[in-house]
Amino acid sequence: MEFKNLKLSKKTTFVIWVLIIAFIIAAPSILPVFRLNLLGRYLSLAIVALGVDLIWGFTGLLSLGQGIFFALGGYCAAMYLQITSSSEFPNNIPEFFGLYGVDNLPFFWEPFRSPIFSLFAIWVIPALVAGILGFLVFRNRIKGVYFSILTQAALLVFFNFFNGQQKLINGTNGLKTDVTQLFGQMVGSESIQRMFFWFTALLVIAAWFFSKWVVKGRFGNILIGIRDDEPRVRFTGYNPVLFKTIIFSIAGGLAGISGALYTVQSGIVSPQFMTVPFSIEMVIWVAVGGRGTLLGAILGAVLINYAKSLVSEALPASWMFIQGGLFILVVTALPEGVLGWVQGEGPRNLLQRLGLKRKIETYPSLEIKNQTGGLKNE
Amino acid sequence: MNKNTNSLLSLENITVSFEGFLALNDLNLSLKKGELRAVIGPNGAGKTTFLDVITGKVKPAKGDVFFKGKSLIGRKEHKIARLGVGRKFQSPRVFENLTVKENLEISVATPKSPLNLINKKIKNDQLDEIEHLMKVINLSKKIDSKAGALSHGQKQWLEIAMLLGQKPDLMLVDEPVAGLTDEETDLTADLLKSLSGENTVVVIDHDMEFIRRLDSNVSVLNQGTVLCEGTMDSIQNDKKVIDVYLGRPEE
Repeated sequence: MEFKNLKLSKKTTFVIWVLIIAFIIAAPSILPVFRLNLLGRYLSLAIVALGVDLIWGFTGLLSLGQGIFFALGGYCAAMYLQITSSSEFPNNIPEFFGLYGVDNLPFFWEPFRSPIFSLFAIWVIPALVAGILGFLVFRNRIKGVYFSILTQAALLVFFNFFNGQQKLINGTNGLKTDVTQLFGQMVGSESIQRMFFWFTALLVIAAWFFSKWVVKGRFGNILIGIRDDEPRVRFTGYNPVLFKTIIFSIAGGLAGISGALYTVQSGIVSPQFMTVPFSIEMVIWVAVGGRGTLLGAILGAVLINYAKSLVSEALPASWMFIQGGLFILVVTALPEGVLGWVQGEGPRNLLQRLGLKRKIETYPSLEIKNQTGGLKNE
Repeated sequence: MNKNTNSLLSLENITVSFEGFLALNDLNLSLKKGELRAVIGPNGAGKTTFLDVITGKVKPAKGDVFFKGKSLIGRKEHKIARLGVGRKFQSPRVFENLTVKENLEISVATPKSPLNLINKKIKNDQLDEIEHLMKVINLSKKIDSKAGALSHGQKQWLEIAMLLGQKPDLMLVDEPVAGLTDEETDLTADLLKSLSGENTVVVIDHDMEFIRRLDSNVSVLNQGTVLCEGTMDSIQNDKKVIDVYLGRPEE
């Protein structure tokens, strides 16, 4: 697979951000509650997409198992909400335990009574699981397709495990959050949901800044080095295992935060978060938006999901075809994603083909790069 | 234990077997500190495998490698690199998606830990070092262009600069002049010659003119073992070498 490094120009990034922020600020007043809630959910998915871009777009690790960490974050949030809202149920434990005749709270639920523990658990537990899993895989130098298959296998293991544990976490039914209480109000209520929307919007921006900080500078360059030529990195004196473990763990933590925000806004977490197609979709968002651009991951996650809900409402059966078509289009025609196409020579080539713009004499990349390079040197 | 304390690197009875094929067969070789050594040999003689063994990429079935008195066998590649063994690959392997400067930053950075790289700025003396290296390889004007946009020769030189930036005690240089023009070849030879003395350099190449210009001791490898060692002149008159490698002049 060819990777090109795309650095979006400052201007493009700025314009896109102004649009995003203006939209986020305007959204609560122009969108109906239902649509606002959808937007909030899709924004939370942008955070897991950022993680996918870090490990895939920058480091070349195609994980098909990000659903594991996404669901873990969701379960941590849901466990906190359930346990702190269970005072009116028998034995003071969440209601569903009664269905299976469980009288005593399983031990691992206890710490989730603490809001501080839960807030940390949401990202620390997925990051730790990702770190441990990643270390074992990377230490054995499992790469490429084998890594992807392994992450998908891990996803299936987690899915089946969570599906079967009725007495611990309500198994396949999952944990509902919308009827639980937070700050004395129902989590599903409009005011709490509105608060979650703002919170999600802020966290997306924070996650973007954080990811940007991770990939800029020498650490990010090593990640790109690992993606393009890992043995060379090793012979230069770096241990790629450490770098890959760290970035995989970071992506896991981001997935956890994303899953928690998605859970509280959709009202339930269940093993459905760990199905194979969902984790593959995460990769598609990034591929369509543009690998290695960060912003492309955010746009891809939000826009594709929004399109999905709009299309599904109008033509329920057709979304899968559109999504598949989109992926094929991107792989064949826009290998660097939409943002990569816009930023590269895509628009100019299109205009030339349509006869709207004159062809230039030499390769545009040569002319442009030399000019900017020259300016920088002075 | 390494008996020969005088040598920086010594390979003792190294045998490498690839599914029965002996890529290296009981190879012995030692290098003094500051030496420039050329290694030649026909295709398949084990030249690249010889570098793979030193840098930890290939584990020998038998024998031991000592570097500064320590055995390198069983150490990971990055640990060996940190001990002071630098390697330039056969085809230039620079990070094409990074700029020339970023490539050099990676090579000069110390310590090479993730924490150091993520939260600290590059040190000033390392920036000076990069500037110095840019001058050595004559790429100062290209500092912000992508390494992938460089010409083949420039990539070869950038990789040599990356090697220098690592400040290795031992430089292993695999075919540094493959695909270079005559002029570039001469400049590379002069550069490598100027490095020896302070650095210990092993150069592997096919190009006889280039090796001659290095004016160093030459080891000839054949079928995984050292056929003979000596100056270029003595090598060229050695009957065994002529038979396997140089070929008889047509009369």
